Amino acid sequence: MKPDATPLDDLANREYKYGFVTPIESETFPPGLDEEVVRGISARKGEPEWMLDWRLRAFRHWSGMREPRWANLKFPRIDYGAIIYFAAPRTRSRPGSLDEVDPELRRTYEKLGIPLREQEALAGVAVDAVFDSVSVATTFQDKLSELGIVFCSFSRAVREHPELVRRYLGSVVPPTDNFFAALNSAVFSDGSFCFVPRGVRCPMELSTYFRINAANTGQFERTLIVVEEGAHVSYLEGCTAPIRDENQLHAAVVELVALDDASIRYSTVQNWYPGDREGRGGIYNFVTKRGKCAGRRSKISWTQVETGSAITWKYPSCILLGDESVGEFHSVALTANRQQADTGTKMIHVGRNTRSTIVSKGISAGLGQNTYRGAVKVLRGAAGARNHSRCDSMLIGDRCGAHTFPYIDVANATSTVEHEASVSKIGEDQIFYCRQRGISPEDAVSMIVHGFCTEVFRELPMEFAVEAQKLLQVSLEGSVG
Amino acid sequence: MLEIRNLHASVQGNEILRGLDLAVGAGEVHAIMGPNGSGKSTLAGVLAGRDSYEIRAGSVSYLGRDLLAMAPEERAREGVFLAFQYPVEIPGVRNVHFLKAALNAIRKHRGLEELDALDFLSLLREKMKVVEMDEALLQRPVNEGFSGGEKKRNEILQMAVLDPRLAILDETDSGLDIDALRVVASGVNALRAPDRSILVVTHYQRLLDYIVPDRVHVLLDGRIVRSGGRELALELEARGYGWIEGPSGAKPPAGH
Repeated sequence: MKPDATPLDDLANREYKYGFVTPIESETFPPGLDEEVVRGISARKGEPEWMLDWRLRAFRHWSGMREPRWANLKFPRIDYGAIIYFAAPRTRSRPGSLDEVDPELRRTYEKLGIPLREQEALAGVAVDAVFDSVSVATTFQDKLSELGIVFCSFSRAVREHPELVRRYLGSVVPPTDNFFAALNSAVFSDGSFCFVPRGVRCPMELSTYFRINAANTGQFERTLIVVEEGAHVSYLEGCTAPIRDENQLHAAVVELVALDDASIRYSTVQNWYPGDREGRGGIYNFVTKRGKCAGRRSKISWTQVETGSAITWKYPSCILLGDESVGEFHSVALTANRQQADTGTKMIHVGRNTRSTIVSKGISAGLGQNTYRGAVKVLRGAAGARNHSRCDSMLIGDRCGAHTFPYIDVANATSTVEHEASVSKIGEDQIFYCRQRGISPEDAVSMIVHGFCTEVFRELPMEFAVEAQKLLQVSLEGSVG
Repeated sequence: MLEIRNLHASVQGNEILRGLDLAVGAGEVHAIMGPNGSGKSTLAGVLAGRDSYEIRAGSVSYLGRDLLAMAPEERAREGVFLAFQYPVEIPGVRNVHFLKAALNAIRKHRGLEELDALDFLSLLREKMKVVEMDEALLQRPVNEGFSGGEKKRNEILQMAVLDPRLAILDETDSGLDIDALRVVASGVNALRAPDRSILVVTHYQRLLDYIVPDRVHVLLDGRIVRSGGRELALELEARGYGWIEGPSGAKPPAGH
């Protein structure tokens, strides 16, 4: 018998099929960051005075901060002076209707599977398409506005709904929150804004699709979602970037606010360019995502499938202020080749009888390093609070790593906090069992990994569950010999 | 169907099979018996293509092809089925999904159309009668939390669905109570067919009360040292393995 290459040993090149570059002229600022750049971005977007002041305060604060180094990540110092902080496709001013979107941009999104014509769009999904630093199109706005739902680019929200933006911007993630959030607050260029008024169930999935195109630029977008009393929205973000040899910084901020009886489901399928097999290139993904369950019985649920980026640093969190509010975090994080992820969540229980659930599935392959970092904090007033956490890690091959750092801080005797963790290795036995039944080793790994993640995928809206599943398959292609 | 010649196989440098010869014709049921450590499971593993074995010499011809040159999944698709002594658990993967993926991989290889969910389910229901299996087990993850008997029944169910040409049952009787043994055996008997051969690997003759073999072989020290009809199994039952001389002339310890 010819000795088979051990099926799990070798992690071959992953095919990244979104790695193309769109040939489009763009307007970029010179690299580097100072007050002039911040003013320039604000002026370029025609922002009001208050917005500029907000940015400048953030910038001054950031200037005195140091990049955090506590995460279990190894990467060279980022030269913030070499990054371009603003890039925008040079087209006519923002098109008035979807038909006027630059054909080159339209083609780009079509290639990514995101048609910008409403009649071709995925049934029941409205999309805000963000290209480099600006939103280039938002579909179904008219239909949504009939229900009082605002879904538009962040820039437009600043112009057209200043009262909402001023009220909620920074109310969950203050501009001084952390190094990357402060940086984002100073230079964010666009993003999505969503407001669902009292009592409205948003009839379609809302989504933002982020695309980095220009070289040497950082991408800094901001998402703010406010859902009023008894309202509901399900939101999805997706992201891809071209294959480039240098690393690119992505530092986003997402803020969610849920009032009484409101619920927000926020799903992410993150597929930024992960770098190549030797670890060249790839996105540095430093993201601050936080939701505030401000109202009673409100609910915020984060679901993330993280398969891209060279480095992922993100902890979508919930502040459970309202009594009986509920926070959930469901995560699948895959690191292959030389990818590194330090990801998890924070659940802060403030209100009485608040509940939180954490399900984290980390998969490491190749030389990938996967860290779960999660905090559960129960404050003194959070009587009857309950948390359940489960962190499962799966190792594929024997050169990768899985790490778990749970922090539990309970100041209340009537609360219950449970933490379970497991580490498993895809066994040669499992692969052989599948192969003996006629299943190829690649399909076997994909099936086993999918089985491992199945309870997280169940939380995704259906169209995206399929997408996520496919993504995981692509990501693992060649991970068996 | 299957012809093994002078097969030598080792695990981590220890030679386990030392010149094994065996021929199984179409439609026949053969039993391989032997004490622990005689190489029974190694033989099953080598035939299925487990990669922890090193083949030092010999050949295995299956339906005229060189079995040892084929990858495990290729063997499976060509009709080799191994009922595992210790069926493997696959958390999160539903049994029904697993079986459908396996069947369709095999059908695709044979140039047949893949079955859709409905056709597959009706096929499955029919086959499940053979092993008297609880339908709820189909929706559970593969072998996870199954009792020993349920696992073995699941193996036989897979065998019935995948319709192999050569089925190897590796100690399928181990860990079964008498009722489960009877069910499993009748499942296997229902699958006896003129174009299907079955190799029953077992330590005890008990299973052979239910699955009556055409031939019985005694494996000792890595070689077939004696072959006969069913009466050989009964003799082993009565006298143990101790009376048979190994290939080196040494006697093994008494049956245990």
